[in-house]
Amino acid sequence: MVDQAQILPGTLDLLILKAVSLGPLHGYGVLLRIGQISGSALLIEQGALYPALFRLVRQGLLKASWGTSENNRRAKFYELTTPGRKRLREETEGWNRLATAIGSALAAEPEEI
Amino acid sequence: MKLLAYLRSLTAKFFHHSEIAEDMNEELASHIQHRADDLERSGLDHAEAERRARIEFGGQEKFKEESYQALGGTFIETFVQDVRFGLRMLRKSPSFTTVAVVTLALAIGANAVVFGVLDALILRSLRVPQSESLYGTVYGADPGFQSYPNYVDLRDRNRSFEDLAAFNFAFVGLDTGNDPTIASGFATTGNYFDVLRIQPYLGRFFGSSDEHGPNSAPYLVLSYAYWHSRFQDDRSVIGRTIQLNKHPYTIIGVAPPDFRGTLLFVSPDFFMPIVNQEQTDAQNSLTNRSNTNSIFEAIGHLKPGVTPAQAVADLDAVSAYLEKAYPQEFAKKSSTLARAGLTSFGDDVRAFVAGLMLLAGLILLAACANLGGLFAARAADRSREVALRLALGSSRQRILRQLLTEAVLIAMAGGAVGLMGSIALLRKMSIWQPFAGAPVHVPVSPDAKIYVVAFVLALMSGLLFGIVPIRQVLRANPYEIVKAGSSGRVGRRITVRDVLLATQIAICAVLVTASLVALRGLARSLQSNFGFEPQNAMLVGTNLRMAGYSGDQVPIMQKRMIEAMGTIPGVEAVGLVNNYPPLVYAAGSRTNIFKEETTDLKPSNVALRPYKYDVSPEYFHAAGTALLAGRDLSWHDDKDAPRVAIVNREFANKMFGSVANAVGRYYKIQDGTRVQVVGVIEDGKYMSLTEDPEPAIFPTFQQSPTSSSNLVVRSNRDPQQLGAAVRSQLRSLDAGLPVDTATWNRQLDVALFPARVATASLGVLGLMGAILSITGVFGMAAYSVSKRLRELGIRIALGGQRREVLQAALGRAFRLLACGSMAGLLLGILASRVLAFIVYQATPRDPLVLTGVVLAMALLGLLATWIPAQRALSVNPLILLREE
Repeated sequence: MVDQAQILPGTLDLLILKAVSLGPLHGYGVLLRIGQISGSALLIEQGALYPALFRLVRQGLLKASWGTSENNRRAKFYELTTPGRKRLREETEGWNRLATAIGSALAAEPEEI
Repeated sequence: MKLLAYLRSLTAKFFHHSEIAEDMNEELASHIQHRADDLERSGLDHAEAERRARIEFGGQEKFKEESYQALGGTFIETFVQDVRFGLRMLRKSPSFTTVAVVTLALAIGANAVVFGVLDALILRSLRVPQSESLYGTVYGADPGFQSYPNYVDLRDRNRSFEDLAAFNFAFVGLDTGNDPTIASGFATTGNYFDVLRIQPYLGRFFGSSDEHGPNSAPYLVLSYAYWHSRFQDDRSVIGRTIQLNKHPYTIIGVAPPDFRGTLLFVSPDFFMPIVNQEQTDAQNSLTNRSNTNSIFEAIGHLKPGVTPAQAVADLDAVSAYLEKAYPQEFAKKSSTLARAGLTSFGDDVRAFVAGLMLLAGLILLAACANLGGLFAARAADRSREVALRLALGSSRQRILRQLLTEAVLIAMAGGAVGLMGSIALLRKMSIWQPFAGAPVHVPVSPDAKIYVVAFVLALMSGLLFGIVPIRQVLRANPYEIVKAGSSGRVGRRITVRDVLLATQIAICAVLVTASLVALRGLARSLQSNFGFEPQNAMLVGTNLRMAGYSGDQVPIMQKRMIEAMGTIPGVEAVGLVNNYPPLVYAAGSRTNIFKEETTDLKPSNVALRPYKYDVSPEYFHAAGTALLAGRDLSWHDDKDAPRVAIVNREFANKMFGSVANAVGRYYKIQDGTRVQVVGVIEDGKYMSLTEDPEPAIFPTFQQSPTSSSNLVVRSNRDPQQLGAAVRSQLRSLDAGLPVDTATWNRQLDVALFPARVATASLGVLGLMGAILSITGVFGMAAYSVSKRLRELGIRIALGGQRREVLQAALGRAFRLLACGSMAGLLLGILASRVLAFIVYQATPRDPLVLTGVVLAMALLGLLATWIPAQRALSVNPLILLREE
């Protein structure tokens, strides 16, 4: 296994929203998709995904429905709702701002001060 | 939107509980299947792939639980779960549950009862509107005793009260046709009901406009209770004319059910206008300014914005005016205000109830300490269960919540049982009439407040003893416990449980001390010398006015009654005393006495204010009072003879220096008459058993006749038969005369009542303390024996002596008991000042009390450790070691 980073607290929800925004997914699919889009750099405990999914459904950001997966198995598929899409946009902006700020802070050189 | 979604999820969860669980199971299973498919594709065989997938997923139950919580609304859900689980656990150990519930029920019940009494007596003593601004006036040491003219001046001259009403006692023969019976009520001023702002239940009340001078308002208002018992709720009584002491009165109204007059403990049968009391009592009470017995208490609402302190200053100013205007009749005393209804008992009752509340609180604290110990022991026993739950992924917070829920469950059960018991008790108390014939009752009526108090107490104590084992749980290391078993170490250090037990024992020792002190105080007041012999003495109360006698007829009839009593077989002596004899209904009255040489008979020149009892010849013989010097009164000392009296030793000493000096000397009374002392008797108790020696004078009743009197009949005969004989004799003299017979001992009950109540309540609390300390020590000893059974078995197997085994098993319990008892005893001694408020001559330094406490605590310890000790000694090492 490559060196995987523990995800920051609070970012799991954002990752799930992003993963689902690319197309409806079942739980295991969300896990695969996050692995795929992060280049397998982020470690998510499999079971820990579900409390987060349920929380997002409760907040009305995701909606769930049962369907059939590519393996021909029954699975629960999640897709983004309109508030979910809006939340993803906001959180992405917020994250980018934060990342830029921290990035530039960490990039600071002695002569710039 | 969010809220809506949340609510939807909540309701969905509530109504589709099992569906959600199934849904979740299926989803997780589907996840694992997909993972297994992937793994299988990467080359693992089917079974191995599924196994690996399950392991990778992690603790399914844990995530399910977390997901479930993520759905929201788990608080109630978890709570219900905790309650269910708690109930199951409690059902599994019924003896623990029973002990805990009973302990708490006792403690909370005691608190609820005391609170009920406190609430009734102090927080809302009178059931009248706006009672918080209602005050009674108190003059000097005698609560509220005033004369009617003084009251009128006070009413008209003060600037602090909205209006001032007043009342006095009235004892009359009430005749509705042909059945004269003694009834007791209040004679009130016309504005009484208006001042109290109450409305009649039936008919109307009399008012100020009904008063037009002496005997102008022959109206009667009945109390609801009397209307119920004497007139059977007959609504047609309004307008009916009845006889009070042979005078016609019209019943005009019935007071509301919850109104029981304006004096605590006393519930009058009726209310009559005070302007008519002259007619029924034949006292010149409306115009005589120096007769301070004509008003018992003046009450009124303070004007808005007037503080009690300002009102007192105002009253003092009125007193100063009165003293200047009427120097002969009025002596200024400092005024105070008291909560209406409590004026005459005020501080004593308040201190007593407050003291009881304190002790009841201590009981609850002791019970909490007791249960805390039990819970800690139980938590230790359950450490394996707790460890397993921790190991399976439960959070410590969840386990603590569970334990607290159990504690609160027990507390609630205990509180409910205690509350039910206390309400039953309070109900009994409210209909309890401690003395037949006297309108005395304890006005308690449990209401919503008591439920709240019991609930809060239960909740608080549940949390209190529930948190005791928390540290234990938080520190628990699941791996250690699961590995090593629950036997644990037996530490030498002092644990929380030890401290709790010692505290509890200390508290219980305080309670035991208090109850022993009270018992001793009661015993002492019973043994003290009353100055008369109540044994074998019957009191026969009559009021000749009730049968229409007046003037000179009264002493003639009284003499005939005395003679008639003397003819009853078995009667040794008969005497008569005007009004009541000493120690009955606390009804003594004082009078002003001047030195013989004093000429200006103003209040400041009063030499003594002794109690005064007008008695007949032979009274002292009948009462069993010893004559120390001089002679008894004789029938020749009649109204034409020189005025004579007998005095007690205290009076002789204070007035004349010595007993021998007193005989033959003179004193002066208020009207200037010289009275010769012809004899001296021993001292006695007059108003209460706790009083210091008081001076008293006994003039002859023939020289100041009064229609109300008590005959003292001394006889060895059975009181029942004697009473019947007395009544039939009196009936043959006058069939229309109401008669009241009771033994003197029975009448003393009233005087002994406070001491008895105090002793009974302290005794009950002490008993509860004793029970608590037994259960506490027993729990601790039994627990430590069961924990160390293996060790004890080894000791016995190795040849340990009984003494050593016991020492090992119970030494600690005994040491704790000793420490706790010593601390409690010391505290008890320190608390003697508090106790002195409650009980007569409370001194825990009494060696008898000290030994009593030590003995009692030792006995309790022995009792509590008996069973555990037996168990420790009967350990069979073979069986025990094999089993482990």
